[in-house]
Amino acid sequence: MPRVSYTAPATVDDAVKALAGAAGLAKVLSGGTDLLVQLKSGRLKPDLIVDTKRIPGMIGIREEGDYFVIGAATPGVLISAHQPLEHAYPGIVEGVDLIGSQQIQGRCTIAGNLCNASPAADSVPPVIAARARAVVAGPGGRREVPVEEIVTGPGRTSLQKGEFVVEFKIPLPKPRQSDAYLRFIPRTEMDIAVVGCAVNVTLDESGACTDARVVLGAVAPTQVIVAGAAEALRGHKLDEDTLQRLDSAAQAACHPITDKRGTIEYRTKVAGVLARRAAAIAFDRAATRGATIAGAV
Amino acid sequence: MSKHHVTTTINGEPVEYLCEAQQTMLDVLRDELNLTGSKEGCGSGDCGACTVIVDGNIVCSCLMLGVEAEGKTITTVEGIAEGDKLHPVQQKFLEHAALQCGFCTPGFIVAAKALLDENKNPTEEETRYWLAGNLCRCTGYDKIIRAVLDAAALMRGEAGAV
Ligand SMILES: Cc1cc2nc3c(=O)[nH]c(=O)nc-3n(C[C@H](O)[C@H](O)[C@H](O)COP(=O)(O)OP(=O)(O)OC[C@H]3O[C@@H](n4cnc5c(N)ncnc54)[C@H](O)[C@@H]3O)c2cc1C
Ligand code: FES
Ligand code: FES
Repeated sequence: MPRVSYTAPATVDDAVKALAGAAGLAKVLSGGTDLLVQLKSGRLKPDLIVDTKRIPGMIGIREEGDYFVIGAATPGVLISAHQPLEHAYPGIVEGVDLIGSQQIQGRCTIAGNLCNASPAADSVPPVIAARARAVVAGPGGRREVPVEEIVTGPGRTSLQKGEFVVEFKIPLPKPRQSDAYLRFIPRTEMDIAVVGCAVNVTLDESGACTDARVVLGAVAPTQVIVAGAAEALRGHKLDEDTLQRLDSAAQAACHPITDKRGTIEYRTKVAGVLARRAAAIAFDRAATRGATIAGAV
Repeated sequence: MSKHHVTTTINGEPVEYLCEAQQTMLDVLRDELNLTGSKEGCGSGDCGACTVIVDGNIVCSCLMLGVEAEGKTITTVEGIAEGDKLHPVQQKFLEHAALQCGFCTPGFIVAAKALLDENKNPTEEETRYWLAGNLCRCTGYDKIIRAVLDAAALMRGEAGAV
């Protein structure tokens, strides 16, 4: 690899100073499963690597008030092992779990998946569907942004010089709220999404949807929140007519490219199918969760 | 550029070394510490030949920097056997002829050992998924999977289960 400097600051402020004060390009290192690949290939030539993993709180998951707070450097293995999070947001855990192999899981993070800004990033659709917010630290202090505002295009983010993601805040789910993430790949492991789809729904006592978010990955330059799909679900149970409208809305939101993994037509069709399947799982989970809550009372 | 001084634990021994920021953990193991058991198949996280255990989790040492090892506990393939006594996974790899050229073997041994540390009785499916990040161009995988399941049986005290 080409020469580079490295620092592992102990506080958020020192990390911001290092990032903001760097002479050339400074990059945050979380798990390195994208960054080091890009360094080796020469695609990226940073002058400074800022390893944020020594900052207290960057690794780990806690419940704080009405939120789960996930430290930005928390690796996949810790996210999958966190039972309250898995119970609350099985779809987020599904998305994280799909990233790479067991070896990659030992290192990969949601922050890296997000800030690498690939349209196919698997953990990002379910995190956006959960209305998560990113806490961003920078020279101007801290700000909180909806996760969907971070990625602006392939490989590009809205983060300014000196800024980095410290943690994610995910609201604790309501009763009868649940989610699901499905990805389509031509094999069963170790491939990049042709399409990814996250569905997050809240149901009323009758099983009709009161709130929904449907997010597609790999079908446009950034993840897409499909407003039409949420509209198709809201006020309805998952009957065939609703599924048809969900399918059409998901297809209409696609602006994919043709590449070796799939053509525009194929990706668009698969987006509709995945939306149907993910919605069925999310509705089912939300209803079951309602039943356990009712049973507990 | 100044070198970084790293204090870490490798295969149970305290180790200190100097490395440059851009050296990967795999570079440090092979080039600075003469631990050449871990192999570089791809250098990009795809093949698993460089697998090591860091604080209990398997990672690709080609995608970790040597400086990141500060204060960590690392196990490489050289640390799997106890003295002259092979680990059951190593023993069963020999018995099942689960290797041909052997280039992928250190990564498989380390990954399989970590699996059995965590799950005493993995199913074939769990084993195949766990090892999906390890590629082998020779064996066709089946003998590797048999060897790992048989090692698990041996470690549970059930002889000749597979
Ligand atoms: C073999 C292999 C298989 C893979 N499979 C998949 C897959 O199936 N699905 C998938 O989505 N991805 C996959 N990936 C890509 C990668 O593993 C993921 O994108 C991962 O989540 C990246 O996280 P990281 O912590 O390793 O990121 P890093 O490599 O540390 O960082 C990635 C980028 O984000 C920036 N960054 C990191 N943390 C922060 C922060 N806190 N604030 C601001 N910027 C930050 C870095 O500067 C860098 O530009 C795979 C990679 C490999 C090597
Ligand atoms: S050399 Fe590290 S995964 Fe191939
Ligand atoms: S034995 Fe040759 S690559 Fe596996």
